Amino acid sequence: MANTIQQKRIAVGNSVQQKRMAMSNLKQYGMMIALFLIYIIFAVLSDGKNIAPMNINNLVMQNSYVVILSLGMLLCCLTANVDLAVGSIVAFCGAAAAILIMDYHIAIPITVAIVLVMGVLVGMFQGFFIAALKVPPFIVTLANMLVFRGLTMVVLNGQTKGPLPQGFTQIGAGYMPQIFTQVGGTKIEILSLVAGILVSIVLILLEIHSRRNKIKHHFAVPPIWQPAIKLVVMIGVLNFITVKLAMYMGLPLVLLLMFVLIIVYSFITNNTVAGRQVYAVGGNVNAARLSGINTDKVMFWVYTNMGFLAGLAGVVLAARNASATPKAGDSFEMDAIAACYIGGAAVQGGIGTISGAVIGALIMGILNNGMSLIGWSIDIQRVVKGLVLLLAVTIDLYNKRKSS
Amino acid sequence: MVEYILEMKHITKEFSGVKALDDVNLTIKKGEIHALCGENGAGKSTLMNVLSGVYSYGTYTGEIVYYGEVCKFDNIRSSEKKGIVIIHQELALIPYLSIAENVFLGNEVTHMKGVIDWNETERRARDVLSKIGMGNEDLSQLVNTLGVGKQQLIEIAKALAKKVELLILDEPTAALNDEESNILLDLIRKLKEQGITCIMISHKLNEVSRVADSITVIRDGHTIETIEKADKEIEEDRIIKGMVGRELTNRYPERNSKIGDIIFEVKDWNVYNPLNPMRKVLKNISLNVRSGEVVGLAGLMGAGRTELAMSIFGKAYGTKISGRVIKNGKELHLKSIQDAINNKIAYVSEDRKKYGLVLINDLKWNMSLACLRSRFSRHGVIDENEEIHAVENYRKIINIKTNSIEQRVGSLSGGNQQKVVLAKWMLSEPDVLLLDEPTRGIDVGAKYEIYTVINSLADAGKAVIVISSEMPELLGICDRIYVINEGEIAGELQREEFSQERIMKKIMNHIGREKSNNG
Ligand SMILES: Nc1ncnc2c1ncn2[C@@H]1O[C@H](COP(=O)(O)OP(=O)(O)OP(=O)(O)O)[C@@H](O)[C@H]1O
Ligand SMILES: [Mg+2]
Repeated sequence: MANTIQQKRIAVGNSVQQKRMAMSNLKQYGMMIALFLIYIIFAVLSDGKNIAPMNINNLVMQNSYVVILSLGMLLCCLTANVDLAVGSIVAFCGAAAAILIMDYHIAIPITVAIVLVMGVLVGMFQGFFIAALKVPPFIVTLANMLVFRGLTMVVLNGQTKGPLPQGFTQIGAGYMPQIFTQVGGTKIEILSLVAGILVSIVLILLEIHSRRNKIKHHFAVPPIWQPAIKLVVMIGVLNFITVKLAMYMGLPLVLLLMFVLIIVYSFITNNTVAGRQVYAVGGNVNAARLSGINTDKVMFWVYTNMGFLAGLAGVVLAARNASATPKAGDSFEMDAIAACYIGGAAVQGGIGTISGAVIGALIMGILNNGMSLIGWSIDIQRVVKGLVLLLAVTIDLYNKRKSS
Repeated sequence: MVEYILEMKHITKEFSGVKALDDVNLTIKKGEIHALCGENGAGKSTLMNVLSGVYSYGTYTGEIVYYGEVCKFDNIRSSEKKGIVIIHQELALIPYLSIAENVFLGNEVTHMKGVIDWNETERRARDVLSKIGMGNEDLSQLVNTLGVGKQQLIEIAKALAKKVELLILDEPTAALNDEESNILLDLIRKLKEQGITCIMISHKLNEVSRVADSITVIRDGHTIETIEKADKEIEEDRIIKGMVGRELTNRYPERNSKIGDIIFEVKDWNVYNPLNPMRKVLKNISLNVRSGEVVGLAGLMGAGRTELAMSIFGKAYGTKISGRVIKNGKELHLKSIQDAINNKIAYVSEDRKKYGLVLINDLKWNMSLACLRSRFSRHGVIDENEEIHAVENYRKIINIKTNSIEQRVGSLSGGNQQKVVLAKWMLSEPDVLLLDEPTRGIDVGAKYEIYTVINSLADAGKAVIVISSEMPELLGICDRIYVINEGEIAGELQREEFSQERIMKKIMNHIGREKSNNG
């Protein structure tokens, strides 16, 4: 008798688990659907200008910095903090790169290395105040936002420094190897198409592998139509982008850079001890500490990492603009923070995903791009972005409350 | 004819498809103390949340009839307006506000609109506090300077300030020691004389049997029975029978200890208060544990037992720590908690929500947290399959009631949360286990299971140290007990000499000695 009740409970449990899994997946798709809708709205408003090959290319290049920054910012958000200084650090590192190349004639690879190390050092500087001296991150990064913006002005004498040599601008505006052919009168870059197809195949194989693995270990798997739809959509989007890029100049280098970074950071947050520790610190500092996690060390590395990514974004931005300006990276921190929250990160910390942050960054990027295309002023753009952030977070919170 | 103040009829409440309550009925007579008993996860807290409007009307099915009138509460405020006040398992006081401010929190005394009338607040607070025997307290004291016992009383004062008629207490004495519990229970009886009806959830059956006029037993989301107190108190064994559905002949499993050599030792341990480094919290503590032995630490609240355990656990508490920790004949120099874990020492905290769990994450995630590096990862990369298998295994061993290991820990019942913390540390496969109040808020059946686990750990040759404010528990499961008072060892008892009187006597003697030393 007791046994049958037990069994019933387990059976119920399994179906509930499946339902819940479907729910959480759906929520993630919600963001993606929003992304599509926004894109389509702007496609209509701009008479299709934003699906032009050149614009797709611009979208990738213009958004790369915010995507890069939001990867690091997500880790900050997971610990229930933010980094307000990244915009200034981006500017400072860009300025440093320009000065090293143009005034000191240092070789480009060495310059890049120096600037990245500088980013790391700035991050460590912030991390030291936060972790060792226990100054609240909000204050430390607010102060450094002013400090590094000021320093950028000083080292640049308030002037734009450029133009930077082509070897350097390649980093932000260059392409991967290209092979062009003519297909029906249009010039097509073959390698982008190949890359798109290869990645699609890898995606399919990975999904099959993980599903097999789960079944082998008798874990619950979602009904097959779910991953199927997910794959179809993902592959569709991927190849849409690569085809468009093929019709322009091929694969931008920054696309490769973003791709690698996204994979690395997804892996870190999902599959490594370090990633779990970041979530734990944000979820409950005390419990994390008593589980043997060195919470100060976690905070230190989160901000050091942010510094590194800010340095990298600084290089990419300077390279794309072929110059460094005192105003570079202005309000990038806000875009990155907004990206994380739009992507489902919780202000209380402990909740958020890399894929969410990337989608959030893309939503911000498509908004920026679309509104520029249809000629809305910067002021209106800010209003719209602000409202989107407010709306996204409100809907997210409302959903969470309803489901709990 | 009996007058019912409350009738809950056919209450059913589901959480994402799983029924936490299934057609539950509960009737409460006016002016009685009615206890709710049942295993962890039976649905007691859920039922009370339904009653008090935490789960609003429409999220459950069934009917709440209060004073003969059908009520549909949308939130806590609407039930409070009718005089139903709930005091939750976790206290809801604001630590940095004064007693007076807390008493009238959300219920401020104002003149005009929204301007707080401090004189009136003070007068009324004094009024309410004198009703609970705290009339002489300094009202401007911050709440965080009070002990848990007094904080619990402040919660009741808060309810009284709201003109309560039906008071609901969810495990009010779980965090209190015997003395504090007695004060609280006396207060509840006094309130009853003033006509306040009271529903009380508790796993401490001795208390239930002492104060309750009737007891409703809930099991697996169903009402099993309501036991009325006739002319003598309801016996504990009678309640247990209702709860677990059979007679539980023994509260504590048989112990056949095979005691070996000393495997863990602490010598001349001195610790200072980190907030006030002039104050010594622990003075010259020396103790040892033999293999296969369960050692208890007895003492009053604030004796320094938790501080002792935490300071041993890689200096998780205290400054200027001196003394030696020796395991298997080798002295350990533990500088951090990670060190302690690497040396196979585990500490199960007394406060699961604050120190034990990350409530927003699931069971699996929480249970593996302490041994991710040592057990579930290679080169820093987590092996999720291994993790799931081990977690699933331990979930079964200590019988955690959950839909799946992917359930959010925050949505588990209190007792099951406690089991998760225990499982988390068992997963780290420790040699030395420091258990701080391991059965707080756990039902009798589950307690027995946990004692069995403790026994088997000891039998496997581990050193187990148990801290508990429930003296019968220590007497039931330990081989040896150290009595601690004011940060010093006040005495040691072997199993043959075990009795509550002897423990209390050691404490009293020690207090006397302290006084004569100082005077
Ligand atoms: N928000 C929630 N989401 C999902 N399940 C829940 C939620 N709240 C409670 N439950 C489930 O409902 C059941 C009853 O829980 P409840 O907290 O009422 O138990 P309880 O009788 O108070 O136990 P305890 O003595 O351990 O406190 C449990 O199985 C619990 O996991
Ligand atoms: Mg409960």
